[in-house]
Order: sequence, then C-alpha cells, then structure tokens
Amino acid sequence: MEHSSPLNTFTPDMFMRGFAEAERGLTRKGAIEESNRCLYCYDAPCIKACPTSINIPSFIKRIATDNLKGSAQTIMDANPVGASCARVCPTEELCEGACVLNDASAPIQIGLLQRYATDWAINSGVELFKAGVPNGKRVAVIGGGPAGLSAARELAREGYGVVIYEAKELAGGLDTHGIVSFRLPQSISLWEVEQVGKLGVEIRTGVKVGVDISVEELKAGYDAIVLAAGMGYVPPLGIEGEKLSGVYDAIELVETTKTGIPALELMGQRVAVIGAGNTAIDAATCSVRLGAANVKMVYRRTLAEMTAYDFEYEFAKQEGVEFSWLTLPKRIIGDELGNVTALECVQMKLTGETGKDGRLTPMPVEGSEFLMPVDAVVVAIGQKRRVDLIEALGLEHEWGVVKIDERTGLTSDPQIYAAGDIVFGSGKGEAMVVSAAQQGKDAAYAIMKQMSGLQDSVLGSAV
Amino acid sequence: MADLSIDLAGIKSPNPFWLASAPPTNTGYQVQRAFEAGWGGAVWKTLGEPVINTSSRFAAVHFNGQRVAGFNNIELITDRPLEVNLKEIYETKKRFPNHAIIASLMVEPKQEKWHEIVKRVEAVGVDGLELNFGCPHGMAERGMGAASGQQPDLVQAQTTWVKEVATTPVIVKLTPNITDITVVARHAVKGGADAISLINTINSLAGVDIHSWNTIPNVGGQGAHGGYCGPAVKPIALSMVAECARDRGVGVPISGIGGISTWQDVVEFMLMGSTGIQVCTAVMHHGFRIVEEMIDGLNNYLDDKGLASVTELIGKSVPKYSNWGDLDLNYKVVARINEDNCINCNKCHIACEDASHQCIEMLTNAEGKAILQVREEDCVGCNLCSIVCPADGAIDMVALDSGAAPLTWNQRNQVISGLNGSYSEAEVV
Repeated sequence: MEHSSPLNTFTPDMFMRGFAEAERGLTRKGAIEESNRCLYCYDAPCIKACPTSINIPSFIKRIATDNLKGSAQTIMDANPVGASCARVCPTEELCEGACVLNDASAPIQIGLLQRYATDWAINSGVELFKAGVPNGKRVAVIGGGPAGLSAARELAREGYGVVIYEAKELAGGLDTHGIVSFRLPQSISLWEVEQVGKLGVEIRTGVKVGVDISVEELKAGYDAIVLAAGMGYVPPLGIEGEKLSGVYDAIELVETTKTGIPALELMGQRVAVIGAGNTAIDAATCSVRLGAANVKMVYRRTLAEMTAYDFEYEFAKQEGVEFSWLTLPKRIIGDELGNVTALECVQMKLTGETGKDGRLTPMPVEGSEFLMPVDAVVVAIGQKRRVDLIEALGLEHEWGVVKIDERTGLTSDPQIYAAGDIVFGSGKGEAMVVSAAQQGKDAAYAIMKQMSGLQDSVLGSAV
Repeated sequence: MADLSIDLAGIKSPNPFWLASAPPTNTGYQVQRAFEAGWGGAVWKTLGEPVINTSSRFAAVHFNGQRVAGFNNIELITDRPLEVNLKEIYETKKRFPNHAIIASLMVEPKQEKWHEIVKRVEAVGVDGLELNFGCPHGMAERGMGAASGQQPDLVQAQTTWVKEVATTPVIVKLTPNITDITVVARHAVKGGADAISLINTINSLAGVDIHSWNTIPNVGGQGAHGGYCGPAVKPIALSMVAECARDRGVGVPISGIGGISTWQDVVEFMLMGSTGIQVCTAVMHHGFRIVEEMIDGLNNYLDDKGLASVTELIGKSVPKYSNWGDLDLNYKVVARINEDNCINCNKCHIACEDASHQCIEMLTNAEGKAILQVREEDCVGCNLCSIVCPADGAIDMVALDSGAAPLTWNQRNQVISGLNGSYSEAEVV
C-alpha cells in the first residue's frame, strides 16, 4: 500500500470535509414553513413520546411566531441537552414517530426545528436560565455527561451548590466524546456544558472519584450525590489477536476524531467493524470518512436483530459500508510485525430458538470458517460497566448495573442517586441521551423532595 | 366545454374574467398582455387628472407563512396623461375587438367635467364606463372617489350627469366604507346606472413595524390609511354583493370584486348574483397567467355540473341568502367524529372545551385506543370542531330530525303576537 503517496494521505482538508456536520439544518424559510405546518395539537402525542416531555407544539409555535428565545427556553427547560438531542435523538421512534400527521401527510420535522431554535440560542449567546437563590445545600455529581449535567442544571436552578466530578478533560460525556462529529459537533455538547457552568455549577474535570478524591470525602462533603458516570470503553471480545496493532476500540476511535485529526491511520485500509449497534455504525462511518478503502460490519446475527436504528443503518449504507451478516469473528490474525492481516470468521445460522432477549439465537455452521483479509479491526460490542466505582461507593448492583428505585433513582445508599447509562441494563429500553437527561432531572427532583422533606421535619420538630 | 361568454348590461365579454381598475391595467402594454393570457375584459386604470404618487405604496398581510392573505395600497389613479391612455385604449380595442374594455373614470363632482371625460373616452371605442366612487385614499381628500361614494345623493347626481351623455353602459363602482352599501347602490340605480361593481378597497392600515414603530407601508416614516383587498376581504365583498343582489331596489347586473383568487371564488360570486367578476390582487401576486388556472377550473366545474353556459350560475344562491329572522330555529345539526379518519390531534376537544359548549370528550375505547366523542345532547351544532379539524372527513355535521315543524324567529313572533296582540315583540322577549 502506497502510504507515502500524497493521494493516499489523509489531509486536514479531508478531515474538515468528512467530519463537519452532515445535516445542514433548516434555513429560516424552511423553519417558518415547517413550523407553520404543525397543528399545535392539544395534549399532543409528540410530548408524550419525548422522554423529557418537551412542550413541542409550544416551541414550534414560538418558531412560527419569531420568538426563538422563547422556543429555545421551552426546549432547554425540559431538556438540558436539548441541542444535542436535536441531532442524535431517534426522532422517528419518539416525537416524530408519534406526530399525528404521519398518516395524514408527513410528520413535522421536530428534530430539525429543535435544532433550529437551539442553534439560534447558541449563536445569539442569550442567557436562557438563571441560578436559584443559594439554599446552602450541596450536591456532588459524579460524571458530566447528559444525566449528570441535567441533574446539576435542575439543582442549580433551585439554589443547590453543585460540583460535577468529571474524569475526562472535557465534560459532556458521550455527546462530547462518543458521537461522531458529522452527526454531533463537539461544540454543541460543550455549549450545553457551558450553560450548566453559567448557573454556578462547578465542573471539576480530570478528576476521578475513588482516585483523585475519595468516596469518604465526597460523602462527608455533600448532602447528596448523583452517580452519573455512564459506562466505559468496549470490553474485550475474548478472542485471539486482540492485542495486535490495528485493533481498535470503537468508542476510542470515535473519541480520537472529536478534537482533531486522529493519530491512527485508516487511509486506504480494509476495516472490519465487529458489532451492529449505533456505536458500531458510528465507528464504520467514521472509518469511511477517515479514508478506509473498504468497511465491513461483521455481525453474528441478521439485519432483523441488529440494534442500530433504521436511519443509522440507512446512513451507513449510503456511506458505502458493507454488511457481513451471520458472521462470527473467531480470531484476529497478524503478520510477523504484529499488524492485523485478516479476521478469521465462521458462518452462523439462526436456530429458530428465541433467546432471553426475545431475539433468535445464532449457531455456528460447522466447517464454514473463512478468512476475511483486513488491515484493521474495530470492536464495537458494547461498553464496560463501572463496577470498580460502583463498588467503591458501596452500592448494590447487578452485573455493574446500579440498582435503583425506578421512580427516584435512589440507590441502596440513601445519600446516593444514580442516573444515565450507569443504571441502564438489558430490558430497560434504550440507552438514549434523552432518557439519560430525564433520569438526571428525576434524580434532581428526588433530591429536592428529600431535602425539602428534611427541612419540613426540622421545621416540624421546631414547632 | 361550456360557453363562458357573458353579457353584463350590454357589455359583451368572451369570459367573465375582467381585470379590475388597478395597477395591472395601467397601460396598453399590460392590458394587451392580459388579453393574450386569456382575460376577457379589463377595466382601465382610472382616468382623470394625472396625479403624483408616493413611494412606497403597497403592503401586504402575510398569514402563518403564506404570502399575501391581504393587500393594502396607497397608490392613486393613473399617473399618465389622458391623451396617452386614450391612444392606448384605442390601439388595444383595435387589436382585441371582441374583448371588453371599460374605462374607469374619476373627476370632480361637476356636471361639465363628467360630460367632457365621458365624451372623450367613448370617442376611442370603449365598451363601457365604470365610475370610480370608491377609492378610499388620496382622491377622497379632494372630494372624489369614496368621498362622493359615501354620499348617496352625490352618487345619484353624478351618475345622472354621466348618463346624460353616455352611449355605452355605465357601471357604478361602490365603496364598502359605508354602513349599508345597498343605499348607495339604489341611488346609483336611481341615477340611471346600468350595473354596479363592488367592492372597492376597504380602509386599512396593513400593519405597524414592531421594531421601527413605523406604519406599514410608510413614506419616509409617515403613514396614512390605504385600501385593503386580496383574499382576506372576500367574505366582506361576497356579503355586500349578496345584499345588493337580493335587494329589489337595486335590480341591475353586478360585477363582483373582492379577493377573487381562484375559480371557486368566481363560482361563489356568480352564484351570489354577479354576472361577471373582476380581479386584481391575484394578478399582483402571480401575474396575468393566473387566469389560465381560473378558466380551466371553471370549465371543468361547469362540465362536471352539466351546465352549458356560465351564465346559468348567476344568482342561483341568492334565494338561499336571507335574514337571520328567516332561519329555521328547529333545524338541528350535531357533530359526529369518524374515528377512521380522526388523527387524534385533539383540536376539536380543546376548541369545544374552551370556546364552545364542552361536549367533546377525550376517551379511551375498549381496545385502549384514544378516541374523541361528541355528547350529542349537549352539542349546539356550532361547526367549530369541524372548522378546526385538520383531517379530511374526520368530523361530519349531521342533520337530526328534531321532530318539530320548521319555525323561524319571524314566524314565531307572528304566532306570539297573534296569541296576544296586546304585547309587543320586545315584551315577549
């Protein structure tokens, strides 16, 4: 492979073009036309379909009547990461899927309108919310992703002193690090972080709880703790060759593209992406845009069982990503220098038996092993649980999923609430940004209720 | 293909589509382009003493993202010398002998002024005259236009003066800026008018710029009322046409004007008593070519209805238009929601709940599906739900047999006064 040829070099220009936001967003005229199409339903199904219950007809009417500040406030009031959600929400399955116009004509493009209003807020720099009068209560939030930011924002608006402990150098969680820039530019997520910061929330980045600050210190220093540390990188496949050069973690791969040109080299390479979730799709389209010559997604089941959203799958196909269904990786093969040269796979068939998750169980076809020549392998088979942190906090959990009261987010420790991906387990819907935001809000409200309950009892005893 | 030709008080036209006296009929060039596009007639932009205009002149009202729901202007009559207009009228008529050219006229309310202009325009071969007693701005300040149109006796006198010398049919154009348009219509007829045209524009201020606080439109930061027209005025125009059409004291052909934009509008105006119609705003918005869609739509409609001539439409709905006191108080309609077509936007529920009689309930049916249901016993048949409903066929207004014989307010009062002659109507109420 001619890596030295200028044609084969990944240039800053290619990065700019490949990783700039793909969807252009609505023009003003487009937004006016689309917003005027909204029926302004009463008791609207779109609101019910939104995990954060954004008053969608209201924010759309405000766009139609040229009140973009009011529109952005309506969105961000219900969803502190509403600008990111405008881009990454599976709207076809949520608000837009519930739009009454689906069968009558075409659903309102709620996601794009939400983006139009929040883009206006970002560009205008207008102040949307104010911090509450300090009430003397302190809350620590572990993790500065969507759930943590949402909890912190709601608490700050009510006067709580909030400190977010973020392990990475930048807050925002997966919105900042884990979603490809051409779908969600980092600047959007960082604006949301900034909004929370402007309410007086202290965001301590690069601080790992249990390492840089002890659990005891936290528990002693705060009235309540919100655990919203999400999940980790991709767990090992458990097959031979995972340490070879050219094997990448899908989340790390995406992360390296979020702040600039990544150090890794995929230009002209043949890439196999293992997995078929949304992160796998992100890793695949990311590889295409990093100049890979061929990208194949390798999945042991079929299209019917894949967990990626339909629109993600469509997007990947448009990007030229190929799919190897019913293919199980057995071994990654490398050359004498330790570089990946092939992926050994075995063909699978669906048994007709249904597994615990309701999907058909795949079985290897005997003697069907084959070699897939590849230069790189990207692993996207889920995320590691933060068992160490959860156990350091002394919380009950099931396989790394923190046990909580579903309504309040309260963990086995009455001082600690949990929200977001750290409580997400199989059979509990989808790990969506918008769900994490709502869980963060719910934890904040539960804390407020608990605190005011305490105050009431104090007042009660004083009387 | 039905026969679209009309004869309005002796003015023959290949179709009922005339351009109203307005900016699109300012020059021979424009009127000839219009005839080529398919317009059957044109009322030439009002002739009179050339006047100076302002800049800017027009404004519009846009509604929910749609342009030009209503249109407002402060332009005046022709800005060109009479001789130029007369020459172009002559040339145009020569090129289009079968099309109708009507000269709109406006002069000071003096007999000799009217005699002079009538003679000069008839000399170049116009098919008829339209007296502009309607323009609400600019000319009115000089005692012309609406200023004379708002005085029935002045309308009658000026019409008389015109008729003293006119050899072609005389149409009097009426202003809507008056309490009862039929009063002026009757005076025009008394003065000898062969037809009336209505409505002229309605006094209006299109808007106020909420940022500069200037009027819309404004002339160097200053504004004045203009004349309102376009789709938004259609219901007002239609009711005034209907009032004149059913008034026995009027009894002359009507040229309908006011917000006509589609072939359906044309049908409505003709059903309500117009022999022909005039259009301006639709052309201001889309150009002369819009007439092609109007002609085609009208043709197909007439064919569908099996009508051989467009004139068969004239006045057919006038007998259906009367007074509130003649409406059957025992007639009863109720709303019925068709679940198959309902899209569950709940607009009917909230409209009824907040603005009518609280009789549409949001329920869940046996299958767990959200449905809307009318409590018919409480429904007053106001139509509001069916008006706000965005889904085709989701709400029907269904007539119920009340079991009672038709009874109008007027009949009721007659019966009551017959029962007890000593009580007046007011006392009974």
